[in-house]
Amino acid sequence: MDLNTILQVLDSTVRLATPLLLACLAGLFSERSGIIDIGLEGKMLIAAFFSAAIAAMVSTAETWQLFGMELTWLKDLMPAVIWGMFAGILAALFLSGLHGLASITFRGNQLISGVALNFLASGITVLIAQVWFRQGGRTPSLISGGRFEEITLPLAETLRPVPLLGPIYADLISGHSILVYVGLLMVPLTWWVLFRTRYGLRLRAVGEAPEAVDTAGVSVTGLRYSSLVITGVLCGLAGAYLATGLQAGFVREMTAGRGYIALAALIFAKWRPWYALGACLLFGFLQAVALRYQNIDLGAFTVPVQFMDALPYVLTVVILAGFVGKAIPPRAGGEPYVKER
Amino acid sequence: MTFMTKTLGTVAALALSAGAALADPALIYDLGGKFDKSFNEAAYNGAERWAQETGGSYRDIEIQSEAQREQALRRFAEAGFNPIVTTGFAIADILGQVALDYPDTKFVNVDGFLPEVPDNVLLINFQEHQGSYLVGMLAAMASETDTVGFIGGMDIPLIRHFGCGYAQGAKAANPDIEIIANMTGTTPTAWNDPVKGSELAKAQISQGADVIYAAAGGTGIGVLQTAADEDILSIGVDSNQNYLHPGQVLTSMLKRVDVAVHDAMAAGTDLETGKYMTLGLAEEGVGYALDEHNEALITDEMKAAVDEARQQIIDGELNVVSYYENDSCPALNF
Repeated sequence: MDLNTILQVLDSTVRLATPLLLACLAGLFSERSGIIDIGLEGKMLIAAFFSAAIAAMVSTAETWQLFGMELTWLKDLMPAVIWGMFAGILAALFLSGLHGLASITFRGNQLISGVALNFLASGITVLIAQVWFRQGGRTPSLISGGRFEEITLPLAETLRPVPLLGPIYADLISGHSILVYVGLLMVPLTWWVLFRTRYGLRLRAVGEAPEAVDTAGVSVTGLRYSSLVITGVLCGLAGAYLATGLQAGFVREMTAGRGYIALAALIFAKWRPWYALGACLLFGFLQAVALRYQNIDLGAFTVPVQFMDALPYVLTVVILAGFVGKAIPPRAGGEPYVKER
Repeated sequence: MTFMTKTLGTVAALALSAGAALADPALIYDLGGKFDKSFNEAAYNGAERWAQETGGSYRDIEIQSEAQREQALRRFAEAGFNPIVTTGFAIADILGQVALDYPDTKFVNVDGFLPEVPDNVLLINFQEHQGSYLVGMLAAMASETDTVGFIGGMDIPLIRHFGCGYAQGAKAANPDIEIIANMTGTTPTAWNDPVKGSELAKAQISQGADVIYAAAGGTGIGVLQTAADEDILSIGVDSNQNYLHPGQVLTSMLKRVDVAVHDAMAAGTDLETGKYMTLGLAEEGVGYALDEHNEALITDEMKAAVDEARQQIIDGELNVVSYYENDSCPALNF
């Protein structure tokens, strides 16, 4: 295996890990505040759809009108892909709001609400796509301007001849879309918010002992809603990355279970930001290896590709079972908060 | 009476009208959905063509889960639709059982296998390996790196059948060709994961592939997109997908599900059942697509070679080995 192959696998790892990482951090915020969010998948999916749909509409703005109004100015204001990203974030926020309404305000079961949101997203995306575009639940393929382009970092080509570090910089670190770097920056930011700010302290407290936070005169409901807002924004970015960064459009069910893998990564990471980065990179790496090598021949025996695909879940179960350290979820997770009277 | 109420309730839930005119045909799509740009859409196009030609009407349903297969079959049969056309191998088993309860209704299934075919069932199969053989030849002739790729959807024998014919065709056109084959996954999500399709395509491109054949449903959309982005050629499947990226899709392996569905509906209640029908190159059930989007990519030389092979297969001079024969492929290891 030469350096080039290793770099290609790692490059693929970064691309595959980014949506997982964004979704995982999204889940981290909501679970740290005591709201279990199984609806990450649905939020990503609806964000993927709306980002692709709005990006497609804005990038072809000259061909249609809204109530007789010309819409080409939209394109002049911001690139279509940015419009798409904001639309995706808004859609994910809407689902987050529904989740909050059901599980915070009305104290419903958080798991059921999350599952319901997944179903809602899976159905409504295809329905709206069919009504808007008539292409069978797909959005049209995005043309340039409707997609996140790959960014070449400064000096990437100049430094390429440098042995080892040159190709690593030019191929692995440079040449991703902006959302990859945003995702990576979110890790220290999440750590800083959670562990170095007053807001973070309260957020963690509300997931462990909401009654203590309430006694201190801080609104439990407000904190939990605010964490769901962050969750929505991060899921929106993850969905936008899938549909307008990695792909050029939306296809039904295109998240393909990534929301659940992100949840597994969250447990694997024991609800910590830096560990989450490690877990997502590991899971992404396993996927990348599985994609590159169908069956791995280890001489004595062959590792089938199915084993690699299952490994993230197996690892999560191992962690949950307590063989390697212990994964203890936030204590108040899953419990609607009822003020004592 | 309670049973009757329940039955009617289910009918309503399926949005089928129980009072439909007798002997209209019905169509049940597989889980991929009506507009998958591929297999099911071909069935839809065939039904639409029939409706336009005859002015007739038909009912169709996109099932949403495994459990709805039997429900949909029984509802259509109860409501008097005839024949009932279904797509996808997965419905065949339950169709075999349901058909026994409705001996006067004729059932058609595309792609399915049954050990014993009931008298009122017609099973239509395609010689996908023959069509794949032809696009495999085209791929090998178009490749400049002597490396071609194959990306399958869910790892099932049917998809290996596609890959096997492709590999034989590529080897026939260029004995030194290297074939990289990948499957997307082993669960039904493998049909709808364009992101994984893109990554697989990128991995194959980095291993030197410059023509990639995607037999992967919605996942293939990601493969074709990446191929276009990275400026290499791709090959579509089932429906003609050449138009998706004009000039970047070398050709499409056509599986004329539309013809099968159209002919079944046209035959109506006179349909001959109780047997298998196999559509290959000779019946124009499979083939490769040539239109204004890819004519610049296919040289006269390539076309002549493929048409010659096509004729040889039809005449029986050339035998493309089917993966089903002994569950293995002479030209490719999966």
